[in-house]
Amino acid sequence: MFKSLALPEYLATIDKEKCIRCKRCIQNCGWSVYSWGGDRVQIDTQKCVKCLRCYHYCPEEAIDILNNETRYKDNANWGFSHIRNIKRQAETGGMPLTGMGSDLPYTILFDHLLLDACQVTNPSIDPLREPMELRTYLGKKPAKIAIERDKNEKPSLKTKLGPQIKLDVPFIFSPMSFGSISLNAQKVLAYAAKENGIVMNTGEGGLHEDLFPYTDNIIVQVASGRFGVNPQYLNAGVAVEIKIGQGAKPGIGGHLPGEKIPLQVAKTRMIPVGSDALSPAPQHDIYSIEDLRQLIYALKEATGYKPISVKIATVHNVAAIVSGIVRAGADIVYLDGFRGGTGAAPNVIRDHMGIPIEYAVAAVDDRLRQEGIRNEASIIAAGGIRSCADAAKAIALGADAVGLGTTALITMGCTTCGKCYTGNCSWGITSQRPELTARLDPEVFGERLSNLIKAWSHELQEILGALGVNSVESLRGSRERLRGIGLDEQTLDILGVKPVGR
Amino acid sequence: MFEIDAKGVYYRELNEDIRAAIEAGEKDIVLKNINGQYYIGTGITKKINITIEGVPGNDLAAFMDGPTINVMDNAQDNISNTMNSGKIIIHGHAGDVLGYGMRGGTMHILKGVGYRVGIHMKAHKKQIPTIISGGTAGNFFGEYMAGGTLILLGLDSKEGEELAGDYLGTGMHGGVIYIRGEVDKDKCGKEVGVMDTDEDDMKLIKEKLDDYCADFDLDCNEIMKRPFKKLIPVSARPYGNLYAY
Repeated sequence: MFKSLALPEYLATIDKEKCIRCKRCIQNCGWSVYSWGGDRVQIDTQKCVKCLRCYHYCPEEAIDILNNETRYKDNANWGFSHIRNIKRQAETGGMPLTGMGSDLPYTILFDHLLLDACQVTNPSIDPLREPMELRTYLGKKPAKIAIERDKNEKPSLKTKLGPQIKLDVPFIFSPMSFGSISLNAQKVLAYAAKENGIVMNTGEGGLHEDLFPYTDNIIVQVASGRFGVNPQYLNAGVAVEIKIGQGAKPGIGGHLPGEKIPLQVAKTRMIPVGSDALSPAPQHDIYSIEDLRQLIYALKEATGYKPISVKIATVHNVAAIVSGIVRAGADIVYLDGFRGGTGAAPNVIRDHMGIPIEYAVAAVDDRLRQEGIRNEASIIAAGGIRSCADAAKAIALGADAVGLGTTALITMGCTTCGKCYTGNCSWGITSQRPELTARLDPEVFGERLSNLIKAWSHELQEILGALGVNSVESLRGSRERLRGIGLDEQTLDILGVKPVGR
Repeated sequence: MFEIDAKGVYYRELNEDIRAAIEAGEKDIVLKNINGQYYIGTGITKKINITIEGVPGNDLAAFMDGPTINVMDNAQDNISNTMNSGKIIIHGHAGDVLGYGMRGGTMHILKGVGYRVGIHMKAHKKQIPTIISGGTAGNFFGEYMAGGTLILLGLDSKEGEELAGDYLGTGMHGGVIYIRGEVDKDKCGKEVGVMDTDEDDMKLIKEKLDDYCADFDLDCNEIMKRPFKKLIPVSARPYGNLYAY
């Protein structure tokens, strides 16, 4: 075997003075960077991905993971990753794969939007002492409601409401399948979803029996591979989601290689052990809005009319596409933006296709309002929500709730190293190796994720209080409360926000 | 036997009536005057019999788990979408995308079928789905096939005629396709190997055709006289070398 000419990205280093030869780094590294050399730890730094598991678990703080200072000659055009990827491709003939969302420096509009606050002429509200409503219902809302009164003049709602998913706070966990992440990682999501009155999503990997106790907080997904889908599965959760696309890889399918399909994953997906799990790029029964409608209503028929969500990647023509999806009968539309995460995607797709979520939410909300059908479906914004501020801005741009994927994984130890596709995750999140997944205690990390949701909920209440409103409903689509900073006129126009100072 | 007259009845109402009848314990349901109603049998999980007189609409038996459905006429698209178990017998032609993601059960079609039949069919443990068409098939027969058995008979075709369209078995990574006639390798996906059948294959085909012929009152021995070709994937990992890690 030849030595790869692709430069290592990181240099794992051990301070020999501090090292007590406890070998904990060897045990902890999922990538086999460390091995025992008889009297000392040997390092194969080419394998290092800077996930920092060893750094955190070294009892002597002897380990440091440095960025490789040896770089190719400075060149503003030929960047490190251009050269490195070409070398990798030349050596393998394959497409470089990656995990997580795009890390390229495209403009992040959330960082160019500022929220309003109350001063003097309109009072702000103190959320610590006054009620502040974050509850959100996902589903079709009637265009108008009718009230009827009984003989004592007591009013009641005459309009029959469609099925709704009740969320105590406007956050949900993004779809991540068992296979792409470990069962323990799914349990963390389920635990925190139940704890906070929100929902997680199975992704296209079936529903493991260990998650049955959490089905009131689970959306089940149907995608092109139909893995693990049967009537029991469809009826298990609070809603069914049809996955059309994913922000990190719009227009392409999924591919869980056979070697990552051990018994439990195979059982849950209802496929043989070791066979490739291919999710074709298109759903071959959907070639039009009419076909989508057919599947939406097939799922409604099969589930006694549960809410149906349709998840798409945000692409150039997203507003028109969503208009079609809503007209096809979807109760929820999940928009996954360009910066959304993935367990595995070719670099070339992840970094160069789709549009960011901020533009997409604004364009979709505008279009649905213009067409008078905004009430027909709830909108989830996902793909790049990094903080409660991003969430609040997405809601102000028109989302009903936001989806959290990478954010949730970070609470489990993820450092966004982006090597999810290897199945070697040292934190046990995106691996199926039992010795690695056992590291992720569902309750311990369930509590941490739960803490995060609680913290963001408090933050959102503070934001709403400062805005002088007492319900997240009042922020929804309220772009008047946003201002753009450092944005050109056309971008401001698309977002429907004024520049700062106006 | 419980009869429902479907003349002019909207699919939602019809399917509610069917579900109510099943709930009331009916085991044999006859649907009269069916004319294109969608989703008949969709999501039903009881082992009951449904006889359909007329042409049912799309998504017949989607996500179905158990029932036997007899269609006395032609049928349309998307039949047995992600079906888990049960049986469909169609006494005529059927349309496109039949058995998408089908994981178990049987579909017998007397005549020909359309495009993308058996797409992404699967197998799981003892569940091995089977689709048999007595006629010819359109393009993409057995696309992405991951398990199960597809059989194409071409009962009305002359010996030597091709029975399936282009891109036969494209992306196939599991299961088996038997075709009673010649197969042009150039029309197959590159993931497919074409070979002659052996004794075990013929035993399996005979077993499946006995059941098929009983449904349509055909002579199995006569059908078995013509040779079959067997198509299987060349790899369970067709895309193993696609990526640089």
